[in-house]
Amino acid sequence: MASPALFPLEARGLGVVLGGHAALERVDFALDGRARVAVLGANGAGKSVLLRALHGLVPPTSGEVLWAGSPARPREQAMVFQRPVMLRRSALANVEYALSVNGIARARLRVRAWEAIDRVGLAHLADRPARVLSGGEQQRLALARAWSLRPRVIFLDEPTTSLDPSAAAEVERVIDEIHAAGTAIVFTTHQLGLARRVADEILFLHEGRLTEHTPVEAFFTAPRSAEAVRFLKGELPWSTASPDS
Amino acid sequence: MHDILSSFGIALRLIAGGNAELWRIVALSLEVSLASAMLACAVGLPLGGLVAVCAFPGRRAMIVALNALLGLPSVVVGLVVYLLLSRAGPLGNLGILFTPKAIILAQALLVLPIVAALARQFVEDAWREYREQLTSLGVSARRAVPTLLWDLRLSLLTVVLAGFGRAASEVGAVMIVGGNIDGVTRVMTTAIALETTKGDLPLALALGMILLTVVLALNAAAYAIREWSARHHG
Repeated sequence: MASPALFPLEARGLGVVLGGHAALERVDFALDGRARVAVLGANGAGKSVLLRALHGLVPPTSGEVLWAGSPARPREQAMVFQRPVMLRRSALANVEYALSVNGIARARLRVRAWEAIDRVGLAHLADRPARVLSGGEQQRLALARAWSLRPRVIFLDEPTTSLDPSAAAEVERVIDEIHAAGTAIVFTTHQLGLARRVADEILFLHEGRLTEHTPVEAFFTAPRSAEAVRFLKGELPWSTASPDS
Repeated sequence: MHDILSSFGIALRLIAGGNAELWRIVALSLEVSLASAMLACAVGLPLGGLVAVCAFPGRRAMIVALNALLGLPSVVVGLVVYLLLSRAGPLGNLGILFTPKAIILAQALLVLPIVAALARQFVEDAWREYREQLTSLGVSARRAVPTLLWDLRLSLLTVVLAGFGRAASEVGAVMIVGGNIDGVTRVMTTAIALETTKGDLPLALALGMILLTVVLALNAAAYAIREWSARHHG
């Protein structure tokens, strides 16, 4: 592919203040776009805010997000939310809508939407109203919608948190497949098992600060920061005061 | 008491017997109300959506104006439309004063703020839920308006019905700009007002019953649609 470089994806001194509260402070890292990256941390650590800032939904209060050195927000990226919003139309039409908004010609809409919906195993539900699908099916539909745009990176916010184990396994399979097809994956989670199985690298956030950026094995066997050690032991207090967004 | 009861009897016979005058009035009423509701919705739904979603200069002023227009006295609207359409008025050369078109215009002006205000409320609530998702997909605020209006189509249908009900039950403005001319601009409400003062209670009662039935049916339909949409679309 001759498309211009997107990576490294960098956060430089990234800070976000939301409602007078510092959700992120001086976060620095660079992602090469090959590794699957899990953003870990307790509730309220700033995981979702980081993802939104990278995706371009939340403007940085300080510092910057750079794509291959440029602050311009590229189109070839997509995000799947913890609770994806589906339009009141069929599952297939939801994917077609995303494609048409992004300027895909009418003639190719249907084929590409079918392709995406088939890859996540929802072809048999394509004509169902999207909003009556189960949580796991909606999550996979959201993955299909994101994937159909052929992004080079997909951000996933807590992709399996509210799902039962079999639905979560299906979603994991789709994530693997998306990555195998050459799309970079950045996801937040507080499920250690998921991070261990799916991620290659860990970004660990504690109270809005990045305390570790390490390969997954190193993180689980020899975490460097005291906060990560306590998190892995399950000792970090799970703040309920600040919502994880 | 006996008089009233016998009036009811005659009224029912008028309805059942297919009295031509009665049904002509009913047909004209429904026709102009439908047209004015359509006109008001064609402008009011997109307007409400734009005000809900898009940031533009004068947005706040427009919200205040729309809310103020909700309490508009209908005779004042009638008077304004009368002045506009009267021979010496700016739209006098259209020559539509005392025609059904004048009624449609006046009713549409009365219904417009209702439709726009309700649409704004619905769309604004939905935008809160959809905003991040749509922005993430690359949808601009302006592009989001038709998307949201279509996604809320079943809720908005109840807005359309409310607008139609409001138009059908309007008297004051319709009397002023239509003139209640027999066979030309006489609609249910103005006929009821006239026949009651004339003492022709059976016709007034018959029209009243039909009007009430129409309004009740509309509300029942709106309720049924909401229930159905909640079950089938989530």
